Amino acid sequence: MKKAKVFRPTAFAFPYLAVTLVFVIVPLILVTVYAFRGQDGSFTFENFKYVFTEAAYRNSLFKTVGIAALATLLCLLVAYPVAYVLASAPFNKMAVLALLFVIPMWMNFVLRIVALKSVFTAIGLKPSFLTGVLGLVYDFLPYMLLPIYTVLSNMDKSYIEASRDLGASDFSTFWKVTFPLSFPGIISGISMVFMPIFSAYAVTGLLADPGTTVIGRGIEILFGLREYGAGSALSFILLLLVFLVMFLSSLLSKRTNKTAKGGNRQ
Amino acid sequence: MKNKTLLSLVIRWAILVIVLIAIYLPIALIVVYSFSEVRDLGGEYGSFSFNLYTKLFKNKELMQATANTLIIGLTSAFLATVLGTVSAIGIHYMTKMRKTVDTASQITVVNAEIVTAMGFYLLFIFMRDVLKISFNLGLGWLILAHTVITTPYVILSVSPRLKQLNPNLLEASMDLGASPMRSLITVMLPQLAGAMISGFALAFTLSLDDFVVTSINGGNTYTISTFVYNHIRRSGVLPEVRALSTIIFLVVLIVMIVVNVIKNRKLKSENK
Repeated sequence: MKKAKVFRPTAFAFPYLAVTLVFVIVPLILVTVYAFRGQDGSFTFENFKYVFTEAAYRNSLFKTVGIAALATLLCLLVAYPVAYVLASAPFNKMAVLALLFVIPMWMNFVLRIVALKSVFTAIGLKPSFLTGVLGLVYDFLPYMLLPIYTVLSNMDKSYIEASRDLGASDFSTFWKVTFPLSFPGIISGISMVFMPIFSAYAVTGLLADPGTTVIGRGIEILFGLREYGAGSALSFILLLLVFLVMFLSSLLSKRTNKTAKGGNRQ
Repeated sequence: MKNKTLLSLVIRWAILVIVLIAIYLPIALIVVYSFSEVRDLGGEYGSFSFNLYTKLFKNKELMQATANTLIIGLTSAFLATVLGTVSAIGIHYMTKMRKTVDTASQITVVNAEIVTAMGFYLLFIFMRDVLKISFNLGLGWLILAHTVITTPYVILSVSPRLKQLNPNLLEASMDLGASPMRSLITVMLPQLAGAMISGFALAFTLSLDDFVVTSINGGNTYTISTFVYNHIRRSGVLPEVRALSTIIFLVVLIVMIVVNVIKNRKLKSENK
């Protein structure tokens, strides 16, 4: 029998593959090459040594981890209750309400940060560590809110009913059922906020004091000084961090999936 | 019992209202003060006027930045939609390579933006110094960079729709004698239109919102984000930005309302 010719236009992906190769893969290779390349063109760790011995860059790197962790935690503390309320009755019937929380996301973030800046000026808050962190929370809140809200509103409500029927209080139902089931949302929220803060130097640049900045600014300064080696070394460190965060979050979501499905806790 | 549920309702409303106030207070103040010419917010309001709006349209640099933002946003979103849709179709039919291609397309999505931005910049340096291909940073390079960054989001929006399509329709079209190309254009593409539009919208807003890549790869070309950032860093305030913010906020609001009205109507007519 004649085999029907199957239509498989895989070649359609080739232009994009070429674009990805030239404009995504090659740049990453360049970052890696410049990071390990000395002035004379030989392989070296000098660039890494430089960014770790120069106090300004080393401190900025560690401070960024702290700022990102703090801002992510604050985002979570604000976003979780909001997402929880929005997903609960009677609020889950009001689609407009959830929309109100994400509309600002569609407005240019520099303009929103400038608006926040003028409010801080009006109430007499001077640029500081606090205003910088508040600005980051203001900017990234929707990115934490959306994944948690999605998970909570798609959650199978029968788990909660079962917990209630079996006599658990509201609190222990939340703590032992709802909260663990919402882990995937929390994890994806954290990964949408934590790493992007490393690049968000526009926010700290507009709102915080000069001492409070994220490492993205340090990288920008190094490239501005034509210190491509040191700048690439810092970029390479961020690249490793991105991989680490991705690895951890995939590990965590695998584990929570297991416990959610099998319930095989000790 | 009844008191308890009432109390819980009040607390839950309070949480929502407090956070909404925190989100909208800065924007509301900007809108209110866009009709006043005072330098800072909070103090005296002065008289109501449209002066900031006329100032805005006379500010050549800010108008140029706005034009650049729209040119880069529309062009790159259009290119990303074409490239993203075509490659989503290609990826859809892949078998062995699929996982590799999917991973490769997500690199810029998960990567730190500053690293992506520096990668582009190093590519520019490399092409200029090593390959001796000389060009200037600016509009063209930014359109290219934004297209590369936003295409994965178009793929992310078109791919799920492709999986839902009924493959029999395409085959029926080819059985009836239409060429594969014609079947793709007349049968598949119309079914993808919705996903393509949301992909375009996503790419466009991501481009408008971009700061890091634009700031590092723009040379002397500024967009709203980079121009306003640099101006405020240098000289503190720029009152006409309030007028610009108000206009952009209103446009966003109107678009969101229209989109949701259309969505609700569609849902209702489907339920009927």
